[in-house]
Amino acid sequence: MDRVVIPIGPQHPALKEPESFRVTLEGEKIKEVSLRLGYNHRGIEKACEARTYMQNIYLLERVCGICSHSHSTCYVQAVEDLAGVEVPKRALYIRTIVGELERLHSHLLWLGVAGHEIGFDTLFMYSWRDREIVMDLFAKITGNRVNYGINTIGGVRRDISKEDQKEILIAVDKLEERTKYYIKVATQEVTLIKRLSNVGKLSHADIESFGAVGPVARASGVDRDIRRDDPYAAYDEISFKVITDNNEDVYGRTLVRVGELMESYSIIRQAIKNMPDGPITVKVPRKIPEGESISRYEAPRGEDVHYVKSNGSDIPERVKLRAPTLANIKAVLKMLENYNLADLPIIVAAIDPCFSCTDRAISITKLDTGRSEIMDWKSLREYSIEWYKKRGIRF
Amino acid sequence: MIRSLVYILVFPGLLFLSVSGMFFEYVDRKLYAKFQNRVGPPWFQPFADFVKLLAKETIIPEKAEKGMFKSLPFFALAAIVTSFMYIPIWGTNALFSFNGDVIVVLYLLSIPTITFFLAGYSSQSLFSLVGAVRTLTQFFAYEVPLFLTILSAALLAGTWSISEMVVFYNQHNWFWLFNLLGFGVSIIALLGKLEKVPFDIPEAETEVVGGTFTEYSGKLLAFFRLTIDVEVVVCSGLLAAVFLPFGMNLGPVIGFALFILKVLSIVVLLSLMRSIFARLRIDQMVNFCWKYIAPLSFLQLIINIIAQGIIK
Repeated sequence: MDRVVIPIGPQHPALKEPESFRVTLEGEKIKEVSLRLGYNHRGIEKACEARTYMQNIYLLERVCGICSHSHSTCYVQAVEDLAGVEVPKRALYIRTIVGELERLHSHLLWLGVAGHEIGFDTLFMYSWRDREIVMDLFAKITGNRVNYGINTIGGVRRDISKEDQKEILIAVDKLEERTKYYIKVATQEVTLIKRLSNVGKLSHADIESFGAVGPVARASGVDRDIRRDDPYAAYDEISFKVITDNNEDVYGRTLVRVGELMESYSIIRQAIKNMPDGPITVKVPRKIPEGESISRYEAPRGEDVHYVKSNGSDIPERVKLRAPTLANIKAVLKMLENYNLADLPIIVAAIDPCFSCTDRAISITKLDTGRSEIMDWKSLREYSIEWYKKRGIRF
Repeated sequence: MIRSLVYILVFPGLLFLSVSGMFFEYVDRKLYAKFQNRVGPPWFQPFADFVKLLAKETIIPEKAEKGMFKSLPFFALAAIVTSFMYIPIWGTNALFSFNGDVIVVLYLLSIPTITFFLAGYSSQSLFSLVGAVRTLTQFFAYEVPLFLTILSAALLAGTWSISEMVVFYNQHNWFWLFNLLGFGVSIIALLGKLEKVPFDIPEAETEVVGGTFTEYSGKLLAFFRLTIDVEVVVCSGLLAAVFLPFGMNLGPVIGFALFILKVLSIVVLLSLMRSIFARLRIDQMVNFCWKYIAPLSFLQLIINIIAQGIIK
């Protein structure tokens, strides 16, 4: 059969966000994939340079709707490091609890999406129903279902009361029971295992060379977790296992994520048990001393990195972030090679991609000359206005 | 003449089939929703969908072969409605029957699948093309077991007419139990024919968007969807007549009620299957059909040959 090039995206039912894969097929086999990011560029890093440190927390929280706490915590940690403040213990514990709850709802969401991508909609409906328990809990303890707004520079904004703690424990018990059921489904359901195992293989060596992070790396036997290797928040006082797996495929990534759910329950229980009394925030001056800092955070999708440079004013000079999807996306192209078109959605979904987190710059490749150039916002805007003017649309 | 027209257009033809097809689509969707812990659609939803699609603009791709593209949905619908004329519903006799009609029905039932393939092929879109190729690949995997099991039931009855088969099984009360294995096999083949999970590979939305129907819209899509609804009734009706033939000689009212019950139970079985499985890949599906389903249908054939030898 001849080679066919199939465009997956920018709009495609398998993708929840716009991005473009151009897939070259030979029959049903994928021979070549080229990826184009950039449909979701929002200029957040640049916008950070025009806002105060405090305003940036809320802006950066909106980088991603799922791992919003990860981004805001990561940023706040970098700023606190620059300001040299000691964050109260109780605030660190609250950050840990919210962070782990976020991991719960992110992994449950992923499980549902994975089920949907392989046509197993029953799993999708079940796991998203259970995810509602976490979402309702968030609404109760932080006031919001997403973008919790709980972090502030020097601590957290809301305390978790005794009643809230009880409710969290009840919810965790309920979810643990459900997760045990999902583990049973994942290890026994035949069609699920058939669709997931030996799909999207990526060896240990490939993980190292592509620099993949998070559950993707851990499913290939890379024992790496920022929570243990470079503890932040209250993780140094909590004991937990780093879940790894040697399947190296999508099935392994599923097992790692489900296993991490079980670890999260234990972390939340320990954090609530050991949470000390005391203040939840300290006062931090508006102006942050000159310097630069880098902060790492184990988001549900992998390692999140924020870099903050200060010039001594109340506005940062530069904020740079690297979301986990950007670290994993190169590995996806390798994973896709020589698999079937039918495997594409689940392989892409297996890294739990978040393209709005990833898009940072726009590079334009001229198809006729093959030259590529970077366009800045102003020239891009002028270009778009000109383009529409030529087609008779004036505004 | 008028009688035949009523048969074809009203009962048990087009109108009856459309209404019952939409009813069974509702049952399927509601049950599927209940199995997934959702509320599900109201009873008129399939009809509302149909009316809404009729009102929508029909877009025909520039590259498509227009005549073919437009006529295919009606070909499919006509074939499936015609095949229903030879299937007994309320009594032991179908409206029309002759020796050999079981072959005709099976071939008429293959026509919608072929039109799905042609629809995808004539759309000239990449997604439709991949969907079309998958439709055809899948077709070769499930069609042989389906034919074999139905024909082995005919073999035991010693006739090639569905009506006479029903008469035979009603005279020999418990003989239909011989065909239970075949019933199981044909249910699985039916999942492939109706393109339902785990065999909804040709229209896997996360892979190939809408499969063969990607480029279809408006009225044409409405008629394709109606065809699929009618296909559910006709195929389930065929399986009911061949594999669950009991009670067909108890008069038209009880016979008709039993027919609806049998079709309903097959539809329930289908929606249960589609809520507990994940979609397979096309190669896995073909492997599964040739490795397990086809040998089982051969086993059914052998059982029936031996059974017939003992009876005679």
